Amino acid sequence: MEMQTSKSRGTRLWLISILVPVVNIAIHWLIFLFLRDSSLPPVMNAVVAVLWGALGIYSIYYSFNWAVEQYPDRWKRRILPYVFIGPAVILLGWLLVLPTLRTLYLSFFNADSTQFVGLANFAAVFTDRLLLTALRNNLLWVVFGTIACVGLGLLIAILADRSSFEKLAKGIIFMPMAISFVAAGVIWKFIYYYQPEQQQIGLLNAIVVAFGGEPQAWISMVQPWNNLFLIAILIWMQTGFAMVILSAAIKGVPESMLEAARVDGANEVTIFFKIMIPSISGTLLSVTTTIVVFTLKIFDVVMIMTGGQYDTEVVATQFYRQLFMYQNAGYGSTLAIVLLIAVIPVILVNLRQFRREGGF
Amino acid sequence: MRKTKLRKSKWLVNTVLAIICLVWFIPTLGLLISSFRPAADILQTGWWNIFPHREWMTVEDIQLPKDTDLRQPIQVNGKTFTDQQLRAGVDLDGERLIWENRRARLVNIQEKKWSVITRFTLQNYKTVLGGKSYPITMPDGSVKTERGSGMGRSFWNTVAVSVPATVIPILIASFAAYAFAWLRFPGRRTFFVVIVALLVVPLQVALIPILRDYTSLGLNGTYFGIWLAHAAFGLPLVTYFMYNSISQLPRDLFESAFMDGATNFTIFSRLILPLSVPALASISIFQFLWVWNDYLVSLIFLGSQPEVQVMSMKIANLVGSRGNDWHLLTAAAFVSMITPLAVFFALQKYFVRGLLGGSVKG
Repeated sequence: MEMQTSKSRGTRLWLISILVPVVNIAIHWLIFLFLRDSSLPPVMNAVVAVLWGALGIYSIYYSFNWAVEQYPDRWKRRILPYVFIGPAVILLGWLLVLPTLRTLYLSFFNADSTQFVGLANFAAVFTDRLLLTALRNNLLWVVFGTIACVGLGLLIAILADRSSFEKLAKGIIFMPMAISFVAAGVIWKFIYYYQPEQQQIGLLNAIVVAFGGEPQAWISMVQPWNNLFLIAILIWMQTGFAMVILSAAIKGVPESMLEAARVDGANEVTIFFKIMIPSISGTLLSVTTTIVVFTLKIFDVVMIMTGGQYDTEVVATQFYRQLFMYQNAGYGSTLAIVLLIAVIPVILVNLRQFRREGGF
Repeated sequence: MRKTKLRKSKWLVNTVLAIICLVWFIPTLGLLISSFRPAADILQTGWWNIFPHREWMTVEDIQLPKDTDLRQPIQVNGKTFTDQQLRAGVDLDGERLIWENRRARLVNIQEKKWSVITRFTLQNYKTVLGGKSYPITMPDGSVKTERGSGMGRSFWNTVAVSVPATVIPILIASFAAYAFAWLRFPGRRTFFVVIVALLVVPLQVALIPILRDYTSLGLNGTYFGIWLAHAAFGLPLVTYFMYNSISQLPRDLFESAFMDGATNFTIFSRLILPLSVPALASISIFQFLWVWNDYLVSLIFLGSQPEVQVMSMKIANLVGSRGNDWHLLTAAAFVSMITPLAVFFALQKYFVRGLLGGSVKG
């Protein structure tokens, strides 16, 4: 009798363990097919997609959890953590970890990934003129973009801290962070716009003309300075980020320390370099790394403004071009790996800091 | 003495900061104003002309004899000028003489007057959002028909991409973060170290293999495909952020709930999620803005299907094909900016908190 109940319980567990995943896959596959082939009006389509995306993921957890709850306690405790981290691990493994290894593998192969070519792609990246231009420009982006963002961010943070309209000023400087690089591209393309032989409707050229200068086609003609005009867009968008974080750090410097220095007769400049900078150096470093990492991968701005023409190519746009226009998966992968190599120091620092915090 | 010095330096600080803010604000202002101006106006005058400014305005016409020889000095009101001068305009104590129509021998006398352009329109937005055809007046007065850009459709596509691509990774990451913070299981440390390592990995390294998988699975150009891609790219940061938040909740909370016989799933849904609302709000805003503003990921995974195009792709296409149609570009850009700006201004507090919590993203 007891044998039989435990046996039937065993069968039931097996059934549940197989049925729950199968039913889940079947249901979501059907919804997927429906949504892909449907000709609903755009609004309805969006509603269905949003409902499915939001409720679907919760129902998956719910049903799997229910299945695990049917197991004996000892098993439940062992299996449950993997149900909780499972989707995250699968997604990261399938769409981030494995692809990185596969890209590394592809970078040793030729354009259509059929022939092993060793390090030839890497040699090409550092000799081909187009690719070298991309590397040089990326360096320009990283150096000028980061210095300007961090420097201006720090300056504005300090000014805002002492001004009478801190909130408003921060909001204005910060706002460009919320919009897309594509929209920002349109904004700045309009500012740099050049009409030969006509009234200038682009702000920059109008200012130049008002001061008696000659209007210019800023983003195409004045090489290699046109890169700086593109970098200005990054500065416009990312300074707010540096400002917010540095501002929080500055407010964290104890007032008593600054007051003591003032009493000792130190002037504001000395206070800034001797007290302020050392006490926010950690934040300064992390802001700088974040912007460097961000700038390394810059893509949208260049794509919108010039499409990489006029010697403004960067690594990420060249990656896209190699992949989709020249169908060269070898060069494409190699460029992606170059980006990865560039961020490895940051990864190591992150890991070391994680180990030092020792939360685990 | 110290007080006056302080007041003076405050004045200086305010002025410098105000100038910087102005520089930062003007680009967006120019876009906003231009998007409401008629197509012909945008191409003829700068957008700043909608503010009061001094401009030459015709106060009187002078009809010269039809047989005036333009190669000889020309007599106007008893003074003589060359054709060259009249073409560029000559200043005569506050007045200016300039040809209005050289062939008809018509000269204008102009004076500087305050003027302001007040022609505004909603036509640009109608054209950009709709999919039908619209008549547009061009600068030279001719009328041409213009096809709408169908941004309305891409707006809803963007919603259909962004909302699930925010909810999915945040729910997945929160479950994982709960397990990492409060459950003990083999492999816990290893998995988490991998997540920390993935924080800054550039997503370009993943694109080629994913594209190949998607092509063979038929996921290219589908919402589902791009949700998964965005979810995976956002997961490391979101998990890390949620772990930091969830692991800081007090331990007694769980113990008393366990005593009452609650399962982990109930504790998570009924206790952890409600308690983590501020953290969830911060990171959701982040992920949402990131997905909404994204161009590269949608370009690669949705590029093959025009009917699921998101707004950033649509605008990029407009820039490529109608690069001088500023009435369309400015309106299109502004349509794409409305949602992020609204989210930003409504939830600025949470946004800033999210920034301070973790800001690196691959």
